[in-house]
Amino acid sequence: MISQASADATLALTVNGDARAVAAGTTVGALLAALSLDPRLVVVERNREILRDRDALDRIVLDDGDVLEIVHFVGGG
Amino acid sequence: MTGTLAPHDTRAQHDTAPDPCIIGGRHFASRLMVGTGKYRSNAEMVAAITASGAEVVTVAVRRVDLDRTKDEGVLYHLDPARFFLLANTAGCYTVDDTLRYARLARAAGFNEWVKLEVIGDQESLLPDAHGTVEATRILAREGFKVMAYTNDDLIAALRLEDAGAVAVMPLASPIGSGLGMLNPYAIRTIKHRLSVPIIVDAGVGTASDACIVMEQGVDGILMNTALAQAADPVRMARAMRLAVDAGRDAYLAGRMPRREVAVPSSPTTGLLA
Repeated sequence: MISQASADATLALTVNGDARAVAAGTTVGALLAALSLDPRLVVVERNREILRDRDALDRIVLDDGDVLEIVHFVGGG
Repeated sequence: MTGTLAPHDTRAQHDTAPDPCIIGGRHFASRLMVGTGKYRSNAEMVAAITASGAEVVTVAVRRVDLDRTKDEGVLYHLDPARFFLLANTAGCYTVDDTLRYARLARAAGFNEWVKLEVIGDQESLLPDAHGTVEATRILAREGFKVMAYTNDDLIAALRLEDAGAVAVMPLASPIGSGLGMLNPYAIRTIKHRLSVPIIVDAGVGTASDACIVMEQGVDGILMNTALAQAADPVRMARAMRLAVDAGRDAYLAGRMPRREVAVPSSPTTGLLA
């Protein structure tokens, strides 16, 4: 779970512009699950690099200081 | 065969002559393309899009709002198997931002198409022709099928075709203005000079606007606000579907020449003394 607790074992992330802390070892897939996001309906950009392979999200471990953008399709013209 | 019905046979053939809309090698079922923004509710959006008969629906790429409910994504309401999702780069003012949004959209995994917008001015929302050409060239090289939104300017349109756009999308009038087609001459000239399909994008306000646009011979229309902000979007969507078909038919039928003088429709002979 996402938590501010146990500071020595947390990573400081920026997710969609906001600071978030997650436990060390958290994967991108686990972060999406914690945020209740369906990985098939979002696209994740990590430090300006698009994570194109959705199957790999559960294997990509987050680093301290990572900047993530999680986007999806919304109504538009 | 008696041959007495020959004129009717001929007309029937014309009526049913195939008139496919092919863009970038793909066959599209409708010449009317619609946006998904600014509807009062998702249910109304889905009902209106269904009534429009559109196959292509545009969507925008935005951050997931992590503090709100998850069903704000448009894909919770629109079945991607039923519609052709055309992601736009609305809100982008630089080439770099535009490329970033287009690449994110492609990574969503639906298709390699993008409705490219590089906006040049926040107030008028008029496109940055130079930036649009540059972004088109880069994305076309990356394998994108670029439908490029642009002004009703022939030279910009020619440059976009040269840059590899699969379709060029001149505006009828500014985005969201509902002013209809301001320069039919420019739209006709662009259609006449380019080889790629021309889809008029933005500015249509009501059904007669759409009909007149299609009568210029362009390949299709993309609209959003005209449906979303109509008092009854579903009824307006139906009107637009009929107007696009009517305008296309009228173009293919070939209109009579305009005359400055009256010409009687009834015989001028056989009148009573």
